[in-house]
Amino acid sequence: MAPRTLDRRSFLRVSSLAGGGLLLATCLEPLAGPLAPALEAAGEFMPNAFIKVTADGLVTIVAKNPEVGQGIKTMLPMILADEFDVDWSAIRLEQADLNEAVYGRQNAGGSTATPTNWDPLRKAGAVARHLMVQAAAQTWNVAASECTTASGRVHHKASNRSLGYGELAAKAATLPVPDPNTVALKDPKDYRIIGQPIKAVGVPDIVVGKPVFSIDFTLPGMLWAVFEKCPVHGGTVASANLDVVKAMPGVRHAFTVEPRGDLTALAGGVAIVADTWWQAKTARDKLVVTWNEGPTAAQSSAGFAAKADELFAKGPAFTLSRLGDSDAALAGAVKKVEATYAYPFISHAPLEPQNCLASFKDGAVELWSPSQTPERGRQAVAQTLGIAPEKITTHLLRAGGGFGRRLTNDFAVEAAWISKVIGAPVKLQWTREDDMRHDFYRPGGFHKLTGGLDASGRLAAWSGHFVSYGEGQTFIQSANMPGTEFPAGFVPTWHLGASTQPCGVPTGAMRAPRSNAVAFVYQSFLDELAHAAGKDPVQFRLDLLRVPRSLPAGVMNDGFDGPRMARVLETVAARAGWGTKTLPKGTAQGVAFYYSHRGYFAHVAEVSVGPDKAVRVHKVWVVGDIGRQVINPSSAENQAQGCVIDGLSQMMTQAITIEKGRTVQSNFTNYQLLRMRQAPPVVDVHFVLSDHAPTGLGEPALPPILPAVCNAIFTATGDRVRSLPLANHGYRWL
Amino acid sequence: MAITFTVNGTSRTVDVPSDMPLLWVLRDVLELRGTKYGCGVGACGACTVHVNGRAVRACQTRASSLAGAQVKTIEGLSPDGSHPLQRAWVNVDVPQCGYCQAGQIMSAAALLAQKPAPTDADIDQAMNGNLCRCATYIRIRQAIHKAAAMTATATAAPQAQDQE
Repeated sequence: MAPRTLDRRSFLRVSSLAGGGLLLATCLEPLAGPLAPALEAAGEFMPNAFIKVTADGLVTIVAKNPEVGQGIKTMLPMILADEFDVDWSAIRLEQADLNEAVYGRQNAGGSTATPTNWDPLRKAGAVARHLMVQAAAQTWNVAASECTTASGRVHHKASNRSLGYGELAAKAATLPVPDPNTVALKDPKDYRIIGQPIKAVGVPDIVVGKPVFSIDFTLPGMLWAVFEKCPVHGGTVASANLDVVKAMPGVRHAFTVEPRGDLTALAGGVAIVADTWWQAKTARDKLVVTWNEGPTAAQSSAGFAAKADELFAKGPAFTLSRLGDSDAALAGAVKKVEATYAYPFISHAPLEPQNCLASFKDGAVELWSPSQTPERGRQAVAQTLGIAPEKITTHLLRAGGGFGRRLTNDFAVEAAWISKVIGAPVKLQWTREDDMRHDFYRPGGFHKLTGGLDASGRLAAWSGHFVSYGEGQTFIQSANMPGTEFPAGFVPTWHLGASTQPCGVPTGAMRAPRSNAVAFVYQSFLDELAHAAGKDPVQFRLDLLRVPRSLPAGVMNDGFDGPRMARVLETVAARAGWGTKTLPKGTAQGVAFYYSHRGYFAHVAEVSVGPDKAVRVHKVWVVGDIGRQVINPSSAENQAQGCVIDGLSQMMTQAITIEKGRTVQSNFTNYQLLRMRQAPPVVDVHFVLSDHAPTGLGEPALPPILPAVCNAIFTATGDRVRSLPLANHGYRWL
Repeated sequence: MAITFTVNGTSRTVDVPSDMPLLWVLRDVLELRGTKYGCGVGACGACTVHVNGRAVRACQTRASSLAGAQVKTIEGLSPDGSHPLQRAWVNVDVPQCGYCQAGQIMSAAALLAQKPAPTDADIDQAMNGNLCRCATYIRIRQAIHKAAAMTATATAAPQAQDQE
């Protein structure tokens, strides 16, 4: 997903609240638009704002983005609160409903929240603070420059006076709003919230079991639904024993749903609606459907692999990027290394299975959804149901994990459709099996790589043939690879080419899309070349990173900065004691780096492998560069550690296998997540600060861990693993 | 069938199908939604509750087996969120998405009731049935140790307060 950059000017608007409060709202469009009346009507009902100060001094900050475990509900308000200069412990947080006209983009995806909100939210906080200072200065008839703020109060030291923001709110609300670009922002040394390890909001509710998740939300009088879809992706219902199902206890409705749009909208299937979810699920156990399986029913993972071999033999069908004559350079290389790599489809498997509550009434829909892209969901529901988007209200509910699965809103479309058909509010609740069999999977892929070394052991030429999924030169969702893939740009000559094969398996972005797979391939193969060159794997990489980058015309620059990565790599090597330790036999360190979502990460993993291929990751060192400021170090460490362990799960066991057009795996019994005893006991997370704007971190800490561990396994055992998961090669966790 | 059992100290009678799992009895009949649905096959631990003091998976516990049982859920672990594990979870800032954490805490509570000062190995064994998709395992282990230490401190010096 290309983030929408904030090239539009952001507008701030201040309004009065009943009882003498202040409300600061920001938006990205001029206020002459549809937003204006809502803001003018500023009564106590004003959730559509960033900051609300009531006369009693209570400061409410609106958390605008969906919370899926990435910590955004804590982090974005931290930015506002610090610039506004209020105490974190004194504020109240409210979750916004969907309203992109007011809040700008309300997404959880692409690690975009930090880079796109850092400046606008700091400015919004600073504007609010400015208004308080102006109000105080006018009240005291002193210069604003003589006033300071702290802990939600304006102080005038010379006269030893101070006023709380609550006391100033009524006056501040009447003042002209300055251009946000002219208001002074805090000097970072004055930050009191940004940069502090702030505990995630909502945790006190979670640990006592309050019903804060989407799955927990119910409405009086609502019904429960399950939805059975064709096991072959894209298939439709031929017939079903609806009469049997309808006779089951508690069942109110059972009906066939025809597909509308593609699988991101409404798939074909059978909906069963009952008084309780257990009744709906029990009735579903009696459901027998004859399916029209459609054209993809013959597809399989084995077939995809066989086709990939054919396409490798033919050579790339098209070019992603090229510089010079890599074929000639490879032919003339002192040493040439060639290898083929592969990785499977994998599933997001957030722990909370998909669900949505929809209420269709009088041509309008109200949704309570755990979406990562609520606006996209609104559009999908509008299009599928044939109603105007303005007729849809979306409430953002906390999601039990996202990882990219909830970028697609199929579950919301299904819930809305079922509610429309039955004319009642309904909660659709998928089973785990539904969730795993009807995902938008991280696509599998195949790579044939060739590298050539010169007499001094430097990388002289590189070629990569990527066999992926799609039609012609168009890749299916998240199955692409950019022409900038390192070491392109850092090697004297290269060719990156690709071929595609058709695929009916639905795919989509998954935490660090593309990168989570390509990092394993490219950073493993670079390691092969380092060993072939007789070079230290860190030094071999540093030598490449220090080459001035040159990209041919027509290749879109992804912003990758070699020296930035070199610094990260050197730092992680130093922290891990790379090359300085004597490790026992069967134990080794492995290294890898990867740039994704504007973040620079390098990992060292210390790994032992037993004679029976039992693997233990003893420690992982993570070093990242995400700019000049880590906004919430507690959340940052948690995210980075989570990325590492998530990546280890993918590496060791995870694979979604397709047979006869169907997903074979169904639950955590045959699609395994790593468990506590298998996790590295220590994941050391360190950030190097650089003079760049802060960027996100939900994703970029993941990709390097897979190749770091695989590279360690090679050093420990001499076994080079070239396809995932490792379990397919006999490896297991100790 | 009508079944009477005790939930968080209160006697409750429910009229539900005999094969209805405790998970859905809690969530949809008794409206105690802190216990979570993750897999329905006893593989993830998100639905962990205590039945007669033992940590069990509520999705694998049939209503018919509950007559006379003592059930404790996350909502009943403490009256006010003050169980050492609940305090430690907040203090260590464990959760990311938070969805698995009620189950994690209930497994940990059963462990601490048996072993007030567990080793890493004890923790790994007791927590093996609880998945965390966000992979907060390092902090979960840390929080269990912290809760154990709080309990030990409280026992040694009853006036000692949580230092946070």
